[in-house]
Amino acid sequence: MLNERNVTSEIAGLIEKSLASDASVPELRREAFNTFQRLGIPDTKSEEYKDTPISRLLQKNFTFQSSPIQANITPGDFRVPYLDGNVIVFINGVFSEEHSTIVSPKTEVLISPLKKALLENPLVLQHLGHYADFSKDALSAWNTAAWNEGVFIHIKNNQVVEKPITIYHVHNATDSEWVSVNRNLIISGSNSKSTIIEKYDSIGSHNHFSNIVTEAVVLENSELNFYSIQNDSGNRYQYNLTQFHQANFSRVNTFTFTLGGKLVRNSLQLALDGEGIESHMFGLYLLANDTLADNHTVVDHRKANSFSNELYKGIMDGNSKGVFNGKIYVRPHAQKTNAFQANRNILLTDKATVNTKPQLEIWADDVKCSHGCTTGQLDEEAMFYLQTRGLTKDTARAMMLYAFAGEILDNVKNNELKTYLDQLVSERLHKNSWL
Amino acid sequence: MLSIKNLQAKIDDKQILHGINLEVKAGEIHAIMGPNGSGKSTLASVLAGREEYEVIDGQVEFLGKNLLEMSPEDRAREGVFLAFQYPVEIPGVSTINFMKTALNQIRVHRGQQPLDAVSFLKVMKEKMKLVEMDQSLLNRSLNEGFSGGEKKRNEIFQMAMLEPKLSILDETDSGLDIDALKIVSNGVNKLRNKSNAVIVVTHYQRLLDYIVPDFVHVLYKGKIVKSGTKELALELEAKGYDWIKDELTIA
Repeated sequence: MLNERNVTSEIAGLIEKSLASDASVPELRREAFNTFQRLGIPDTKSEEYKDTPISRLLQKNFTFQSSPIQANITPGDFRVPYLDGNVIVFINGVFSEEHSTIVSPKTEVLISPLKKALLENPLVLQHLGHYADFSKDALSAWNTAAWNEGVFIHIKNNQVVEKPITIYHVHNATDSEWVSVNRNLIISGSNSKSTIIEKYDSIGSHNHFSNIVTEAVVLENSELNFYSIQNDSGNRYQYNLTQFHQANFSRVNTFTFTLGGKLVRNSLQLALDGEGIESHMFGLYLLANDTLADNHTVVDHRKANSFSNELYKGIMDGNSKGVFNGKIYVRPHAQKTNAFQANRNILLTDKATVNTKPQLEIWADDVKCSHGCTTGQLDEEAMFYLQTRGLTKDTARAMMLYAFAGEILDNVKNNELKTYLDQLVSERLHKNSWL
Repeated sequence: MLSIKNLQAKIDDKQILHGINLEVKAGEIHAIMGPNGSGKSTLASVLAGREEYEVIDGQVEFLGKNLLEMSPEDRAREGVFLAFQYPVEIPGVSTINFMKTALNQIRVHRGQQPLDAVSFLKVMKEKMKLVEMDQSLLNRSLNEGFSGGEKKRNEIFQMAMLEPKLSILDETDSGLDIDALKIVSNGVNKLRNKSNAVIVVTHYQRLLDYIVPDFVHVLYKGKIVKSGTKELALELEAKGYDWIKDELTIA
């Protein structure tokens, strides 16, 4: 207990420092800070963190003394090859104007640092903090109280933004440990279409933690494709809350690829607050060493006649640990809802583990919902079958793992991104052994 | 080609094969028949190298080499092919991609050049005709959603692609209607030549109307208790396996 109080009070100290130096949205920040202090950093007795000892890991690995420094790093090294378009770069959580390039015209999309936008654009105040709930989650409350950097993206109504918008989060923890708190706000205007990619990479042997909350308002009949590529080093700790709020006939496709890091907690939440909505959530986690990746997802069907589909797949190697929790809520008015969810896992070693839990709460009676989760080793019979055709065990394994992951890759729409992800996944799964 | 001497094998703690002796020469077709539980499929599995089975005694020589020391893939590369009784479904792996990898790994093992995409397709189209297989089926995930007949035709298609020296057909007739049975048998017969051999493992005689064996062996309780020519199969069909059991009891 004493230890947990410590980490909470150390972070509270950080938040107080931030509050003292930042006068933006004071009421919201103060309320969130009070909530943070009341909740405290969750321990494993908390239902939502029972498989993810975030309190213990933060306590053990962070002193919360140093704030992020502008580090020397070449963001270009982490770019997705051949992927042109809008580039936004954050280095150690700090926006880098020097490395960012906006190519789409302002008539299509407005991209700006969030603090600047907060001063200039009334839309920001109208939406900021209205969707990402912090009343029950101390980490979200921490973010809301103490965020200092982030991006505001406003896709204009009736615009198809052809060029993808890529946000590169590059991290250098060569010199010291650090903690950063980022906040993003996305408005996907009505009848618009766009693709946003966030990519995380890191170097350096010190621990670094980021708390990132993104709110995305997806207005009527718009389409938002949202990719998250988490390819960090083993010293990276990350808490992500990405909250989508969808209006009538909107379409959201999310892709979450987790390929590294020490602790990655992704809370992906979709509020389907309209009719005729279509939402797809894809996830692929390829974990090794002692990575812990926790995907908590929520699909909240609030109105009738909407569709959601979720497919998360994971391959756990080494001592890694996967956590999947998928909640589907179908509210009383959400008749004729179709909601599907599946989570499939392969464990490659005896030490790798996964905790998977579907959670469906359905208050409406005229709905179609299904869920399923599987966890196992590679199918021995299939391995033997391939071997009897002359493939080595390694080749057979690589082929089967790649096929397993391929089901997610197949759904990636952007070609350059698909090629890149395919290459990342192939390397990880040793596809070259059978090409 | 294949010489099995006193082969004994067990799974877990249960001994299934109690001393099999069998000689197979190039150009021959051998049928292994027997009631359920006699060890037919175990014999096929042991020859292909399935790990669950432990060989506790005996030798198997294949083309002068000790087969039992080889991994399943090495057996395949040396020329052993097992057509599965229950072909496995593998989502995400297309038959074409998998066959290309398999064939090229085997070719490299045999000291041949790997085939490029064009030559591979040419060979593939030839072999598809043998079993009247449609290319759309081969583009799909391996055996996924295939009918029983399609799965068995896919086995023979793979056999045609890999050109094994010894093919073991494990209950290939099970689950086949008469048309599919004819197609599959026809494929096997066309692949037959003086330098390869086939072992047909079957419960019923009807497959042997189409794939005519040179020798028929009856397996019972893990041993070959009777051997003969194709007439033995007909006799079995007429009299049933109880005839063998009774004969053994009397003896």
